[in-house]
Amino acid sequence: MERIPVLKLNQFLLVTIQVELHDQLALTLQDDLTTMVSRHGSRGVLIDISALDIVDSFIGRTLAHIALLSRILDAETVLVGMRPAVAITMVELGLTLPGVRTALNVERGMALLREAVGDDRDENDAE
Amino acid sequence: MHGEDGSAHARRGDPFKQGENVNNNATDVAAVVARYKADILKEWVQQQREGSSSLSGVRSNGDALEQSSQFIDLFSAALTADPTVENESAWADVRTVLESVSRARAIQGFSPTETATFVLSLKQPLFQRLRQEAKSAEALGDAVWAVSTVLDSLGLYTTEVFLRSREEVIMKQQQELLDLSTPVVELFSGVLALPLIGTLDSERTHSVMENLLEGIVEHEAAIAIIDITGVPTVDTLVAQHLIKTIAAARLMGAECIISGIRPQIAQTIVHLGVDLGDVTTKASLADALRLALAKLGRGIAPLKSSTEKS
Repeated sequence: MERIPVLKLNQFLLVTIQVELHDQLALTLQDDLTTMVSRHGSRGVLIDISALDIVDSFIGRTLAHIALLSRILDAETVLVGMRPAVAITMVELGLTLPGVRTALNVERGMALLREAVGDDRDENDAE
Repeated sequence: MHGEDGSAHARRGDPFKQGENVNNNATDVAAVVARYKADILKEWVQQQREGSSSLSGVRSNGDALEQSSQFIDLFSAALTADPTVENESAWADVRTVLESVSRARAIQGFSPTETATFVLSLKQPLFQRLRQEAKSAEALGDAVWAVSTVLDSLGLYTTEVFLRSREEVIMKQQQELLDLSTPVVELFSGVLALPLIGTLDSERTHSVMENLLEGIVEHEAAIAIIDITGVPTVDTLVAQHLIKTIAAARLMGAECIISGIRPQIAQTIVHLGVDLGDVTTKASLADALRLALAKLGRGIAPLKSSTEKS
């Protein structure tokens, strides 16, 4: 079955969506990702959607769900590389993804993740 | 187009009750036009020159002569083929010529009257010839009526094409204005500014949003400053559009700062109960730039040499 690879990179997980995301694929990704996060105890998830040029309400909602799910599993989620057209569609659908971090490209996304996770550590140390 | 055809039928309905008779007259008209083509053409061009020279002598006479002779050839041919303008195929060529004449004149800045005069000024020379050839007053009346119906219909068509071309020009200008009025400027690497000037309607806000998002991708910007100093009024719709734009920019990983909110606009926003949420607002573009630089971990400081001097 077709699925989107989830790469483990130290304490982070990396997902790049390179194919057209249809409903079943999105649901599979959601399952895979949550399983991976809990198995590896990942601290951050980076989802690259720069190749995604069409979203519908379902995909948009699933993306929001994936981001929120990983947050609940104590992993910071960064959504990177959203295209202008996709951003406009998401906003028109009312999916402004509150609480989800976003970045322009993978590079900045990784920097953001490192920063976020680093901050967490500092807090833990302080405690 | 349909409306015009319908009204043309209605207009032509009454006078053509006698059918046959009129058709005969019309064929006479065709014969007269064919016979005196050269003379009519000469008088017609003269007429046009007198009518339009005072207003716009820009157009060369050769141009007018060529258009006129081409028109009269086709007009004569069409009259012979079918004397009523209702027949689309017979008059198609005539219409094409009229279309090009009228389009050219619209672009050259002629008035609608001058453009319609191109066809309507054909009446006088034509009527003169008809009067010479007429066998009876009744026949003349019928012939004149037939010709003026045809010419009026063509004249209306000219005006319609004229207006259509004008509208096209206006639409094009509107589009250009739209493109010009929403520039995205890079202030610093990673900082974009979007100075908005003029009233924001829904179409413009849409292009603003698109331009900004494209700009963010192009310049890899982390922060975008939307400056609304030049926006005279903000209503709920505009505010909502701004909020949408900011949300879309955030989804792409860029932060937005709104600057240049004037006191009246601030009051309006509060009175309307618009929730700007956690959007950062700054009084001036300078303040916004300072904040943007600070967020990027940069700042503006005086050069060392100048501090030493002072």
